[in-house]
Amino acid sequence: MKEYTPEYVGTVTKYVFVDSPDTTPQDIAVAAYEIAQGVMVKETCFGCQITGTPEDVERIIDHLRSLDPYRIFVKDRGFPPGDSRRCRANLGGARPGYLGHEFEMKLSLYISYGLSEVDKMTPAELKRAAEKSLPVEENLDIGQLEKIFMEK
Amino acid sequence: MAKVFIYPATSLMLSDLVSRFGHTPLGSSVSIREHIQTPGFDSPPLQMTSEDPQKGLKWAAVEVPSGVRGRMSLYGPLVEEAEAAIIIDEPDLAFGCMGCARTNELLAFMLREKDMPRLELRHPKSKEEGVTFVAQIKKFLSELPGGSA
Repeated sequence: MKEYTPEYVGTVTKYVFVDSPDTTPQDIAVAAYEIAQGVMVKETCFGCQITGTPEDVERIIDHLRSLDPYRIFVKDRGFPPGDSRRCRANLGGARPGYLGHEFEMKLSLYISYGLSEVDKMTPAELKRAAEKSLPVEENLDIGQLEKIFMEK
Repeated sequence: MAKVFIYPATSLMLSDLVSRFGHTPLGSSVSIREHIQTPGFDSPPLQMTSEDPQKGLKWAAVEVPSGVRGRMSLYGPLVEEAEAAIIIDEPDLAFGCMGCARTNELLAFMLREKDMPRLELRHPKSKEEGVTFVAQIKKFLSELPGGSA
């Protein structure tokens, strides 16, 4: 076993995802660079990753959110960008976490619409909207299961 | 501002919505960051050492596979710290880094057992469901301590 000396201690890394007809990942990265003030910004195909002190990262995130409030999504990341243990430049192929991101970005259309609609709601309307239930998939009927089981 | 555990713990949308509405999301990245920013022995890729499954014994019995106990050493402290939880029922993305079904079951069980506000819902499948999804989360978060309600 060898000794491990961590890098970027005390920093946080955040992913910024954008899925918008008006704002491109490049726009996001350029806007982040403009106010970076030494914070590490890495442009990616989906937006960017920002690494720095929590205060600096929060300042940049607040600015980026204001560009396209309903279509920009932010998530915490454990590793800094380019970390050899996770970076696909070293591993080859997309890293496992992207499968989850890819799946959730397909939902961004619905959630962006939801955010824009909810923002216009009064507290009473919000309460009414929240009372609706999301349809739950029904369990397979036991008779149906038996029928499937008995089929050749 | 409340600490809200999100399940799946790697969820982008839940992490975004919780922080957007003024609370702190607790997900796997918080624990992973703590692991990789702590000096010790080199143990790539996630800096999990043989001590982690031992720590996991607090939440999972000794006969439980070490993979579950190791994962619980990441999630267990977060569940204890959490003041509320949002759970997506049967999430399709609970594979890959979230891929241990037994850990996921144990985690969901612990979240349901803990006496704290909890919201359970499903991923939206249409724009209308998207409105319901966001409205439910916003209402839930606004009623937590430090929320806007």
